[in-house]
Amino acid sequence: MRLSLHIPEPTSRPGDPHDFARLEIPPAGAIPQPRNDVSPADIRDLAFSLVRVLDEADQAVGPWDPKLKPEVLRRGLRAMLLTRAFDERMFMAQRQRKTSFYVKCTGEEAIACAQALVLDRADMCFTTYRQQGILITRGYPLIEMINQIYNNARDPLKGHQLPILYSARNYGFFSLSGNLGTQYSQAVGWAMASAYNGGDLIASAWTGEGATATGDFHHALTFAAVYRAPVILNIVNNQWAISSFDGIAGGEAATFAARGVGYGLPALRVDGNDFLAVYSASRWAAERARSNLGATVIEFVTYRGEGHSTSDDPSKYRPIDSARHWPLGDPIERLKQHLIAIDAWSKAQHEALTAEVTQEVRVASNAADAIGTLGTSRPPLTAMFEDVFGEPDARLARQRHALGL
Amino acid sequence: MAMSMVQALNSALDVMLERDPNVLIFGQDVGYFGGVFRVTEGLQHKHGIRRCFDAPIAEGGIVAAAIGMAAYGLRPVVEIQFADYILPAYDQLVSEAARLRYRSAGEFWVPLVVRAPYGGGIFGGQTHSQSPEAIFAHVAGLKTVIPSNPYDAKGLLISAILDEDPVIFLEPKRLYNGPFDGRHDRALASWAQHPTGDVPPGFYTVPFGKAAIVRAGADLTVLAYGTMVHVARAAIEESGFDAELIDLRTLVPLDTDTIAASVRKTGRCVIVHEATHTCGFGAELLAVVEEACFYHLHTPTERVTGFDMPYPHAFEWEYFLTPRRIIDGIKRVMSV
Repeated sequence: MRLSLHIPEPTSRPGDPHDFARLEIPPAGAIPQPRNDVSPADIRDLAFSLVRVLDEADQAVGPWDPKLKPEVLRRGLRAMLLTRAFDERMFMAQRQRKTSFYVKCTGEEAIACAQALVLDRADMCFTTYRQQGILITRGYPLIEMINQIYNNARDPLKGHQLPILYSARNYGFFSLSGNLGTQYSQAVGWAMASAYNGGDLIASAWTGEGATATGDFHHALTFAAVYRAPVILNIVNNQWAISSFDGIAGGEAATFAARGVGYGLPALRVDGNDFLAVYSASRWAAERARSNLGATVIEFVTYRGEGHSTSDDPSKYRPIDSARHWPLGDPIERLKQHLIAIDAWSKAQHEALTAEVTQEVRVASNAADAIGTLGTSRPPLTAMFEDVFGEPDARLARQRHALGL
Repeated sequence: MAMSMVQALNSALDVMLERDPNVLIFGQDVGYFGGVFRVTEGLQHKHGIRRCFDAPIAEGGIVAAAIGMAAYGLRPVVEIQFADYILPAYDQLVSEAARLRYRSAGEFWVPLVVRAPYGGGIFGGQTHSQSPEAIFAHVAGLKTVIPSNPYDAKGLLISAILDEDPVIFLEPKRLYNGPFDGRHDRALASWAQHPTGDVPPGFYTVPFGKAAIVRAGADLTVLAYGTMVHVARAAIEESGFDAELIDLRTLVPLDTDTIAASVRKTGRCVIVHEATHTCGFGAELLAVVEEACFYHLHTPTERVTGFDMPYPHAFEWEYFLTPRRIIDGIKRVMSV
């Protein structure tokens, strides 16, 4: 027999009908919830299933229902709406050349926002550029985010870093690298340090499914398993890494949650567009970590609603409007319908809240505009020479002097 | 107190484990066993497994975990078993450790020490002999340190652990157990008989950015670091010239003042390193000499370095710098 090389290809390309048949969707409530001190060996099947709470009638059902009070759900809804409004505004700002670059998280809001509500605010999150929902849920000032995005005179990062690669230590938000995968294993080290110190904080590590292919991802799982680090190892499977579908990262052969199984880590696979399922799985993993039982891998299955970034055009490689056909729906719409179904929300309230968060973003955006946008305002040039080392460096002093500063 | 370089490094780690509960050590085989070169011997037994433990064979993972720990507030000291194995961690060092302070505008920083034995002369071939200092000295945000004797090794390692920024600490493994001077056909001298083998048992530091004048001289300046300090010294003594020998101790930060003062005085300079020639740290030193001393130079500066090839196993003593090639270099700068 002659050999042939297999190159994975998605089931649909531009012009093709939408095809998500590969995604198996069990009914909501069908997956059992183990105690969180369970042996990972006893729950391997959870890495191949899909935890879902919200059913077709918008009711919360089954053992993973976190049974949250309506006010918590409304907080989550508000955080998601605010995140989406912020994304819309910043996308437009990029189109208006107020910044060079922006990344939206449209369709993935539930994942960051729900987990942020579960975590302690000092639990350190090592995110990718698509978890702005964590900062927003934790109440980080929107204007600070925009000042950073504009690299203006009030940029908290002094113009040192690309737009959206925030750092907010006091909000448990680790400096974003922009390199993929590298911070996943650092999160494990941070968690090891918390355990070493006998503290009670945990770390939350984030990657997309694409960067699970990096060595850093596997370093992270090895170290997390070996040292039982108190960390949640989140994988946001939004199906796309720029133009590469999840099969290029190995998604045809196994789930991404299944990566954890070989390391002896508990691994959950969760409907990432189901706010209640995300909350519940995150809480399960956080409690397990805080009980000194170590790390949990969670794959959140979702769909990247828009392009990879403002520099991307997804119509070049996937069917137009594919997000609208995604079988797990939209996370904001689903939580809204659930709140309405339990008589804790109304369409009128929803419209009012949408207007409120849009106005909140507009106020912050206008205030940042008044300070200045990319190229019209920036930190003092002397800031360029700061923070290379903690102590003064003779070379930098000479180089700064040569610029006349 | 007489100490070999291994014992001096061990003492530095012991002192810092005792002094600061945030200091911890991990790396391959460093725990119960004490490391393949014995630098961490006894530390786990004395300070507990939590303070000194074994790590998986994943240099990128070791350094990444240490970056996370350092950002948390600990002071990890990790061992890479051979500097040859540090490359899987290069991305973490260059793209992450070196830049975290800058990109976060000072919100996070990385008080991390990466120890790694480097250099040849042990018949280690390609995977146990390399000298990778230049690829670290080139990176903004890293400090690169190479001691040449037990006293400096301890004092510099303590300074490295106290430093708030990432430090690449390269240990000349050929000097671990004696001041090897490149004359491989002779018996290895003992650190016990060497003045720098007299090491205080307690806490002290040797500051970064201060080169040592190992031997004062008037005819020419020889710049060296690590093992080559001893090889150069042997070459100078054999050459009959009155050379000033400078041990750089730290490549970043570099003591350009001491280099400039010496070369302005002597007007001649030979630069020595084990690492391969092209884009080696000697190229930077040559530029420093040219920028600071051009009008004082009597002759072109000479670089005596490793050849531009992978480290060859069967030709150890033709490849490794011995006094002979350094003497040739000295003669060339003295011939004009």
